[in-house]
Amino acid sequence: MNACLNETPEHQGRQQYFRLPDRVNSDNNHGQHISPVAVQPKISTRGLNFFYGNHQALTNNNLDVAPGNVTAIIGPSGCGKSTHIRVYNRIFELYREQKATGEVLLDGVNILSPSVDVIELRRKVGMIFQKPTPFPMSIFENVAYGLRLHYKLTRSELAEHVEIAMKRAALWDEVKDKLHRPGTALSGGQQQRLCIARAIAIEPEVLLMDEPTSAIDPVATAKIEELIESIKSMYTIVIVTHNMQQAARVSDFTAFFYEGNVVEFGPTTQIFTNPSNKQTEDYITGRFG
Amino acid sequence: MIVRSAAPRKSVDIGVKVISSLAALLGITILAWILYEVIKRGSASLNWSFFTQLPTPPGIKGGGVANAILGTSMITLLATLAGVPIGLLSGVYLAEFGKRTSLGSMVRFTSNVMMGIPSIIVGLFVYTLLVLPWQQFSGYAGAVSLAIIMLPIVARTTEDMLRLVPNSLRESALALGAPRWKATLGVVFRAAKTGMITGVLLAIARVSGETAPLLFTSLNSPYWPKSLSQPTANLTVTIFNYAMSPYRSWQETAWGASLLIMVAVLALTVVARFIIKEAKK
Repeated sequence: MNACLNETPEHQGRQQYFRLPDRVNSDNNHGQHISPVAVQPKISTRGLNFFYGNHQALTNNNLDVAPGNVTAIIGPSGCGKSTHIRVYNRIFELYREQKATGEVLLDGVNILSPSVDVIELRRKVGMIFQKPTPFPMSIFENVAYGLRLHYKLTRSELAEHVEIAMKRAALWDEVKDKLHRPGTALSGGQQQRLCIARAIAIEPEVLLMDEPTSAIDPVATAKIEELIESIKSMYTIVIVTHNMQQAARVSDFTAFFYEGNVVEFGPTTQIFTNPSNKQTEDYITGRFG
Repeated sequence: MIVRSAAPRKSVDIGVKVISSLAALLGITILAWILYEVIKRGSASLNWSFFTQLPTPPGIKGGGVANAILGTSMITLLATLAGVPIGLLSGVYLAEFGKRTSLGSMVRFTSNVMMGIPSIIVGLFVYTLLVLPWQQFSGYAGAVSLAIIMLPIVARTTEDMLRLVPNSLRESALALGAPRWKATLGVVFRAAKTGMITGVLLAIARVSGETAPLLFTSLNSPYWPKSLSQPTANLTVTIFNYAMSPYRSWQETAWGASLLIMVAVLALTVVARFIIKEAKK
């Protein structure tokens, strides 16, 4: 394990930051997926258990996230979807009563190991939350925040990368004339795209989205889904959603969670057209959930 | 089923309305009366020399309380410099790190108790701690006692304001790879900024009217405050001494000093209110 950790230079990501990392050849993505394990998974969860105090919320989760794809996690409320992805960037550690056991391998390195640098982990694994969370600062500063944290940049470089991130998040045209205005002055949908711009500005490899559209209107939701489509080749995306149509529209793989277990996992088309598990079928056809 | 008559219910309703309105009116009347008396009696002694001259012996015309204005400003400034950072940091500890720890609840309980401690006891405490051992009243001792009074106020308002910041904001900053301290200073503080400034202003307003803790520590002085290591002139003890004196001119000066403090505290409170209002926009 240690040897494995040592082989991964922690700052490799920083050096090649401005170049988009080479992604899995897109041919791979359009090929037939029997199982996500067909390629080297970006994230492999092995025997993951999660506890809120004494209450066990996840039981023995095993899940492979394919690189350069969108993986959707669906399931009824309280089934552990959000809890599961909150392990991927160790954000749950903010709360002392929460605990995870098992392994989550990011490119083969167990991120739950205490020797992993959480700061660098979170640079690589970005997160979008349910409610847009613009910081109480200007639109520009919101996106510059993460850049300033991780990189030494001149003013013009900073401006350049803020612009790139905003263009990628399909926000630039709407805000380019009011970059100094507070981020909170934007509409809900724009705020969420601002958060996406903020997250992708630091060139993460993985983007976790925790019900990113549940707090915004349908038109803004459509925009964000389009955005996911346009950036998915650059990042590995894991999206938790309550909306099954959304999962069907945006994802390549779908995992169905129920009561803290990964009940079924496979290519989205298969999950939605030919689920092998009765519970999955019942949930997808709307019999419960 | 018998329908109860509406008449008694209506008369009780009117009765409660009348009594509570009278109570509110009484409170406001007393406040207005105080303001009126202080302004009426105090404004006469407010002139240029009041702000620029040293006090004169009783019977001699002119003179002012310039030394006390300067002394109060210095003591309050020093108390703020000492009390606010410690109070802010305690508040940060209470809200961010020690939320559910036993040390956290101990500090919170102690702060609540400290807020209720009569200020004269704080004065006596500092007297035994800093005045008795050196046999010397000093402005520093006064500043320390005011800082002690400010501390729990600042700590608790800071904690309350930081707690109002939603956790999603903390998580967002941490999820971008910010260390906890940077997330707190750069994002959470910014979100709670106005509330925290208001808390500090209100704490300053509170201590700038304190007399008892200065009586045992700074004492008073008829001279310019050359060094805070000596007894230092200040407005509240000046009011106390002059109001109790048999001399008319001193009593008038006491009214003037009262008006000055009242206006200053009122201004601080109004500014604090204004900040809250602006923040809500």
